[in-house]
Amino acid sequence: MFAYGFMRNAFLASTFIAITCGTVGVYVVARNFSFLAHTLSEIGFAGAAFAVWLGIGPLWGMLLFTLLGSISVGELSLHSEQKESSISAISALFTGLGVLFLAISGANSNYATNILFGSIIGVDHQGVIQLIVLSVIVLLMIFSIQRPLNFDSFDHIGALAHGVKTGAISVIFLITLAMSVSIGAQIVGSLLVFILLTLPPATANYLGKTIPSMIAWSVFFALIGVWLGLYLGYITNLPVTFFIAVIEVAIYLVTYFTHIIKHKL
Amino acid sequence: MSDILEVTNLAMRFDKNTIFNNLNFKLEKGSLTALLGPNGTGKTTLINILMGMLTPSAGEFKFADDVRLGYVPQFRNIDAEYPLSIEAFVGLNAPIIKSSTVKKAIKKQLEETNLYQIKNTRMGEASGGQKQRAYLAQALLDNPNMIILDEATASLDPMAKDELMKLIKHLNAKHKITVLFVTHDVSLAHKYMQNYLYLNHGQIEHGEMSQFKEAYE
Repeated sequence: MFAYGFMRNAFLASTFIAITCGTVGVYVVARNFSFLAHTLSEIGFAGAAFAVWLGIGPLWGMLLFTLLGSISVGELSLHSEQKESSISAISALFTGLGVLFLAISGANSNYATNILFGSIIGVDHQGVIQLIVLSVIVLLMIFSIQRPLNFDSFDHIGALAHGVKTGAISVIFLITLAMSVSIGAQIVGSLLVFILLTLPPATANYLGKTIPSMIAWSVFFALIGVWLGLYLGYITNLPVTFFIAVIEVAIYLVTYFTHIIKHKL
Repeated sequence: MSDILEVTNLAMRFDKNTIFNNLNFKLEKGSLTALLGPNGTGKTTLINILMGMLTPSAGEFKFADDVRLGYVPQFRNIDAEYPLSIEAFVGLNAPIIKSSTVKKAIKKQLEETNLYQIKNTRMGEASGGQKQRAYLAQALLDNPNMIILDEATASLDPMAKDELMKLIKHLNAKHKITVLFVTHDVSLAHKYMQNYLYLNHGQIEHGEMSQFKEAYE
């Protein structure tokens, strides 16, 4: 399997994607941003379509749109009484824009499928390096604000009472989230990147009792998902994203029901 | 004894609605004071001003230069699914990689608040009283010499209330921590507090708790 260059690229890229999404996801779940992560995926789709129309790499269009989208959605959801409705409205607008950009760029439906559902042969050597650099930037950003980010994400009121600058932390976190969505979408696709940002950390919530242990569990489950997904995709010739989704959902459900049964006994 | 807080002519208005006017009082270092008053009289507003989270419409307040303020807010977002252990929660305001000094400080506060034995219990699964003690332990990690507790006993059963109040009294007696305890529970204040501040109808009264007889109107 590793004799093929594209498989080596895919494994390397997905390893960094899993580490980044698994780490950032812990904060996505703690801050109740799962719906926002989903919306950013759709915004990412529009960004990728925009890039195709411009004739630049989809990653850059995604980064541009998700960064703009995360800040505006973040502001809206912080200040609007109708958080869910405003996110829905933005999501609808961007999905529409995505369809429009694809149509006017004249890209074929195969290209749209790749953006939406990901493609393991779509990441070349240069793409892998870009993904690794972006992943390292995201992880460094998270690490550099870890103390106030941990406090604000896991005890927002306590952080406010301690004078933590929660507004600034929120903006920096939204930037890392937008970058994670753009990075993750390269392999699993924009439609399903939120899987890696929500399911492994949601599973980790049941297993870890400290933030480092939750991050470790979350990254572990994200890695299992992408590695096993790539392997199964390779031997069956079925979509990798399908396997990643099924694996993550299965791990989540097993952990969830084990938790329920344990607490009922 | 010297004062740790002096409030002068403090007033707060939201639009045309006056919450309080011309508040004047002082708190002595090491004192144990209940801030009493019916719901909706502006107790939390006053605390938010003292904590610098709101700007007063008029007047001023001054803490002693050596004050180290700890604050335990009224509400927290800790639901039944909240994952962190009591120990991890108490240490949230510390770097993720903790030095031995920080670890020792967390252990000390867990012992002080009688949480050390259950430090690995998830906060989501802790009782109301255990949660309140964890909030207190988190605030104590900064080594404050004055602590403000906003309605810390409001949702607790009588036993948990007594346990928390005894702990607060102990902190005051042992570490000389000045306590400002916001509550509308007069009998609890009678039992554990030395002094009172009574906020009602936009005015404040100050005196010894044993002298406090006024019923809420």
